[in-house]
Amino acid sequence: MTDDNSTPSSPRLEVRDLTVAFGGLTAVAGVSFDVEPGEIVALIGPNGAGKTTVFNAVCALVRRRGSVSIDGEPAPTRPSGLVGHGVSRTLQGLGLFSGLTVRENLLVPLASRADREALVDRELSRLGVAHVAHAPVGALPYPERKRVALARALVVQPRLLLLDEPAGGLGSEDIAALGAVIRESAQAGCAVLLVEHHVDFVMSIADRIVVLDFGQVIARGTPDQVRDDPRVEEAYLGVKAA
Amino acid sequence: MNRLIPSMARTTRIVVAGAILTTIAIGGTFLLDPYRNYQLATIAAIFCATAGLTLLVGLSGQLSLGHAALMAVGGYGYALANTVLTEAGIDGALRFVIGMMAGVVTAGGLGLLLGLAAARLQGPYLAGLTLAVVIALPAVTAVFSGVLGGDEGLQTAYDGVPTLLRTAIAVEQWQAWVSILVAGVVVTALAILARGRLGLHMRAVRDDEVAAGLNGVRAGRVKVAAFTWSAVAAGAGGAVLCFVTQSVSPGAYTLAFSLLLVVAVVVGGLGSIGGAAIGSALIVLLPWLIETAAGTLELPAGLEQRLAGNVAILVFGALLIMVAIAWPARLAGARRRTRTAPKPTGTIADATTTPRDPAVPDTGSAAPTRHGSPVPRGARPDDLVAPINAPDHKSVPADQIER
Ligand SMILES: Nc1ncnc2c1ncn2[C@@H]1O[C@H](COP(=O)(O)OP(=O)(O)OP(=O)(O)O)[C@@H](O)[C@H]1O
Ligand SMILES: [Mg+2]
Repeated sequence: MTDDNSTPSSPRLEVRDLTVAFGGLTAVAGVSFDVEPGEIVALIGPNGAGKTTVFNAVCALVRRRGSVSIDGEPAPTRPSGLVGHGVSRTLQGLGLFSGLTVRENLLVPLASRADREALVDRELSRLGVAHVAHAPVGALPYPERKRVALARALVVQPRLLLLDEPAGGLGSEDIAALGAVIRESAQAGCAVLLVEHHVDFVMSIADRIVVLDFGQVIARGTPDQVRDDPRVEEAYLGVKAA
Repeated sequence: MNRLIPSMARTTRIVVAGAILTTIAIGGTFLLDPYRNYQLATIAAIFCATAGLTLLVGLSGQLSLGHAALMAVGGYGYALANTVLTEAGIDGALRFVIGMMAGVVTAGGLGLLLGLAAARLQGPYLAGLTLAVVIALPAVTAVFSGVLGGDEGLQTAYDGVPTLLRTAIAVEQWQAWVSILVAGVVVTALAILARGRLGLHMRAVRDDEVAAGLNGVRAGRVKVAAFTWSAVAAGAGGAVLCFVTQSVSPGAYTLAFSLLLVVAVVVGGLGSIGGAAIGSALIVLLPWLIETAAGTLELPAGLEQRLAGNVAILVFGALLIMVAIAWPARLAGARRRTRTAPKPTGTIADATTTPRDPAVPDTGSAAPTRHGSPVPRGARPDDLVAPINAPDHKSVPADQIER
């Protein structure tokens, strides 16, 4: 889980001048930021700010300009190469394989790894979904599906974890559990980049925050710095963030 | 099985189960008269195709309306090889095995091509392509009538019962044995594929192609592999059917037959091998049952003839409708199971309820409620719904962009 072969100077994830355009719409415009191993960085901003598009660009799901590097190496140019580079991502809409059982969902990213059964077992019990291992994912209540999505991202023991609204739709107990799991991963050396609207959660978990608006970075810093930044309040239409 | 022999590896278990079922079916031929054995031989041949089709549709989520054409190609491959070998003085088991391989390889080749196209096509376009293949079949055999024999098709040499068994069984029973054995091998192989990594990846791609990609699955390859294996199975079925009937012609592989194959696997339950077996039996037995029933009614000859051709299709249609009403899940395969899940759902359940503004590309916010979130600027109502085929990550994979 920790980095073995990275040059000490290069961050786990390095995004430079990232730009994504959809026809005439520039959804992401010259965004740059880093995430270091063991660090939790939150990417926040109003709806449509371009957060998911940043993820999609990092994952090579959309055409990107600028550079994305992982441990100093260019990021894969096809999504299916990400897992092999130690990159996991959850999707805003869960993206689970609803016709597969919980267990099968976790087996997919492990391909033919010899230790896959053990890895799946460990992850399922860590996230408290071992008891539904053989249930079809589509039949589970939402919070459990959310856990399965997280388990599937973690089962490959990623070096870089991208979470798109992991707390979305969850109650406070589930959010607390989620926070614990994310911190645990970071402590083990995983770099975490998360998109989240739940402000209290973001403030409590993030080491640093990057604020996007209209595809551009309008503020960055520690939670305290960002909280007091007038541009951030403005972006959120004058409603005080937390 | 699982509980009886828990220590056995999965593949071994499937092989043992396949061998047992094949043996039982072969044993069953002793209970049947020659005509029934001929029917059983036909069912086994068609079972190869329906099993391949159910794997393709039920597991990989790709629809083929052209599996009859793939069977036909297997039949032609077998017949051509058979002719060449007969002229070269080769016969018996060797001729049969080489003929089978020729049929399987030819059908697999066409399946590979279709699969490559399929990986770039979605739903209706793929269905259209496979439909075109089956519709084009008579024209192709007409254009190359020198080799393929036009409407007449090709005849193959007669394979009688091997000398050792000649006094024991009739030729129809022998043909049933061969056909059952081929089906046993083909379907066992398919079952191993379905239970293995390829099967898992096929289902993952079917459920969510983008998520599959992000989890290391190369969706294009998986789809092509599914199509190829499915075609190989159909080709084996066509080849062994050619062995049984000693002929292959476009008239045997009509569009109606091709559609029947699809209906049969749907009625049997998509993705289910047992269902494929039931479906293949229905295809063969239903017309025969109806003919028999019509015969007992002593209808005028003309009417009886007309009925014989059409009632079977009518009954299939009715069955399809009944299945659609009684078990809608069968039609959609496993993937729509989410619909029954409690709310709030991630992406699918509410997806069709709100029309989307085509001018505003989906931002994919399928997140239900947002606790403690600041008031989002310009939150759109459609942010709370995602279109059915484009979950949050609606941004199409790189290779499909800008289509
Ligand atoms: N595939 C696409 N094609 C066209 N436009 C897109 C595409 N994906 C995103 N967009 C547009 O890009 C902009 C940024 O969208 P994005 O989904 O990245 O926002 P977001 O910050 O994740 O918002 P939310 O908080 O609602 O999830 C939006 O205007 C969106 O409509
Ligand atoms: Mg988003």
